[in-house]
Amino acid sequence: MEFWRVPLDAHEIEVTKGIVYIIEDRCKGCGYCIEFCPRQVLEFSPGFNVKGYHPPAAVKPKECVNCHYCEIICPEFAIYSVEAPFSDQPAGVLP
Amino acid sequence: MIETASRIKQPEHPLDDLLRTDRIPHIWCPGCGIGTVFSSCLIAMKNSGLNLQKMAMVSGIGCSGRAAGYVAMDSFHTTHGRAIPFATGLKLGNPELNVVVFSGDGDLFAIGGNHFIHAARRNMDLTVICVNNLNYGMTGGQMAATTPHLAKTTTTPMGNPEAPFNLPLLAYAAGATYISRWTILHTRDLTRSIDTALKRKGFSFIEVLSPCPVNYGRRNKEKAFDSLKLYQDKGIIKNGANPSEIEMDFEKGITLGDFLDVDRPTCIEQYDKTCRLI
Repeated sequence: MEFWRVPLDAHEIEVTKGIVYIIEDRCKGCGYCIEFCPRQVLEFSPGFNVKGYHPPAAVKPKECVNCHYCEIICPEFAIYSVEAPFSDQPAGVLP
Repeated sequence: MIETASRIKQPEHPLDDLLRTDRIPHIWCPGCGIGTVFSSCLIAMKNSGLNLQKMAMVSGIGCSGRAAGYVAMDSFHTTHGRAIPFATGLKLGNPELNVVVFSGDGDLFAIGGNHFIHAARRNMDLTVICVNNLNYGMTGGQMAATTPHLAKTTTTPMGNPEAPFNLPLLAYAAGATYISRWTILHTRDLTRSIDTALKRKGFSFIEVLSPCPVNYGRRNKEKAFDSLKLYQDKGIIKNGANPSEIEMDFEKGITLGDFLDVDRPTCIEQYDKTCRLI
């Protein structure tokens, strides 16, 4: 995410981290998760799943902030995120 | 390292305990929004803290009618247009139940229109979620009561000559006590609305606009993403707007929001007061 101004309390805010999980064989390749991810974590993978669709793949898995938007917009129950066990990135470091 | 270790043992999808996973993947087409509405509904049910053993989902016929078959709780797939009468019966027979009607626009407003207005008039304690995809999707994309003016469908190849229903206004005029309209893009607001509707008593109506890329979209040169872009560009959120002033014009704007939340005695309360004089 790009800021036009760094928020004043940016160093105090701890950004949560998430891990994206994809159940590839449920995916029908609609691409909603890819288009609407606020951090552009996902992209279509070149491979096919069993139904012949291209499922998404997490190309920038470290960017995930565990917002669950992909999980809620996915019509196929094929993607979800869970909170990462601990943050390896110090608070306030914006990408 | 942690990432690779957890990738090997992938946890279950958080909604898997509410789904009949042996039936997933479901029948809905790629890009169809019903799955999103369904998932919002399940998330709202799960996070509401209500007893899921005391909850039932009823759906009618059509694409969205399949939802009752995918949910792992008490559910009922009813005859065409009769989702609300069955739900009314369930609620009257067992007033403890929290009954959710999940159905489409064709089912609720064309063949089931009469049932809808009478349930709203009586203020039956139901939550009605209407997935509005602007046509009859399952039968091949025929014109429905909600198809916008001049939209092309299989039965109106030169454009729909008729005016569509304004569903929130219809619900308002019939006496519904909670009315809101969202699109599948506004999933968080939608989840919050469903959550409110589940916890309140009285007739709650939530309309959700959803793309139908295969039947409606293909004939109107509108891919699934174009529909979502339209929702994003044309959606105007006006909470508390007067239902007679809200619009659904894909050129001027689509009014979204929670339009109404009032209290009125429900059907069961009125019945007990009038006929059960103990």
